Amino acid sequence: MGQWIAACQADDIDPEDVIPFDHDGRAYAIYRSPDDRYYATDGHCTHEQTLLCDGLVMGAVIECPGHNGRFDYTSGQALGAPVLTDVRTYPVRVAGGIVYIDAG
Amino acid sequence: MGRERLQRYSLAGPENQAAVAAGLAGGAWFRSAVPRQRLKELMRRSDGPAIRDTAIWIGLLAVFAGLGIAWWGSWWAVPFFLAYGVLYGSSSDSRWHEAGHGTVFATRWLDQGLYQLASFMIMRDPTTWRWSHARHHTDTLIVGRDPEIAAMRPARLARILANFAGLADVPAAFRLMLVHAAGRLTADEADYVPGPERHKVYRTARIDLAIYGVTIGLAIGFRSWLPVVLIGGPRLYGAFLLQVYGLTQHAGLGENVLDHRLNTRTVQMCVVNRFLYWNMNYHVEHHMFPMVPCFRLAELHEEIKHDCAPPYPSLWAAWREIIPAVLRQLRDQDYFVRRELVAGAAPFHEPGPANDGRGRPPAASAAA
Repeated sequence: MGQWIAACQADDIDPEDVIPFDHDGRAYAIYRSPDDRYYATDGHCTHEQTLLCDGLVMGAVIECPGHNGRFDYTSGQALGAPVLTDVRTYPVRVAGGIVYIDAG
Repeated sequence: MGRERLQRYSLAGPENQAAVAAGLAGGAWFRSAVPRQRLKELMRRSDGPAIRDTAIWIGLLAVFAGLGIAWWGSWWAVPFFLAYGVLYGSSSDSRWHEAGHGTVFATRWLDQGLYQLASFMIMRDPTTWRWSHARHHTDTLIVGRDPEIAAMRPARLARILANFAGLADVPAAFRLMLVHAAGRLTADEADYVPGPERHKVYRTARIDLAIYGVTIGLAIGFRSWLPVVLIGGPRLYGAFLLQVYGLTQHAGLGENVLDHRLNTRTVQMCVVNRFLYWNMNYHVEHHMFPMVPCFRLAELHEEIKHDCAPPYPSLWAAWREIIPAVLRQLRDQDYFVRRELVAGAAPFHEPGPANDGRGRPPAASAAA
């Protein structure tokens, strides 16, 4: 059963950018793609737990600020060393200008 | 005492766990506050500058190699091969470094291609060194954790001097190639190269050994040194600038600190040196924000200089500090250069006694 949580206003995130969101002691990263779609992943890189929200969004890719590891944030797929483990993704929906994530 | 101290740098020794237990490994490092919008501008990738510089670099390599071959057998070949050697044996280091971070090109395959080429030229396995360098950034100058500490305390002076002609690094590189080609890693490498990545190390070593085997075979077949002067040899006769630049990064500065302003130098250089070293002279900036491409580091320097010590005005100024510091550390391993921040800078981030820069064992620091 999903647990939809209001994470932020849709306008809080610039196009092709990421912001942090904390809920219930857990860190998430919320993304807005260049074509205005929204995505969410765990907040930390799977390599050394660096916060992804300080990284750089390039198209569908988030680059971790710690060691430049890259993930496809739409699928969570790790795109090569030094990240070898996919990052967990979460379903997202936007309603009434609010971004909700399903934290499961 | 000196030998015992050097053993502490092993990643396979007890110092590694001591650093983890003391919170030095993967620690929270100081970062200057740079507004997110400005940082995004600085991090933005672009192919143009890297394609331009790489075309110039490869073009110069080709021109100097051609002129050296044309004058082969006469003393006129010497200056051309000297220039070729520096571009090959020294500048490949900065190309390896920048492409390894994946920040110089916007196009991924260009980055990967340059990384593979530069890794071959500088004689570093692209996989082990990618992981080694990631560790260097996580645990910069943390004793027992950082595999890339060039000037230990006491410094291995003979090794440092020999490396001005690649005489320590090149034999070590070939020893490692043989180890890797046999399907093995060293104990230190096993600490930071994950299992799924190791097959790449073994494969690359076999390819590299085959290339060097063909090169030596051609030299023997043609009874000429020319193939070796062109491939592999420049890592010896052209390596001196690699040392001149590279040792300015951290030598003589604090160990076991969690603030790059205490263990890293930024050195002002002329445009030629900045091309050869690909702006790695902005090293505090690079360590604090490794996602910023080398072409934007001068701008980043302007953003954070209010928080740092003044940059060294020249290579000479840096070396005038490094030489006496490293010599003093031969007899006093607690000594390190502690710089003064500019007025108004955020204070040094020194959360505990272990972070005072002396690099003492964490347990001893806690008791002090």
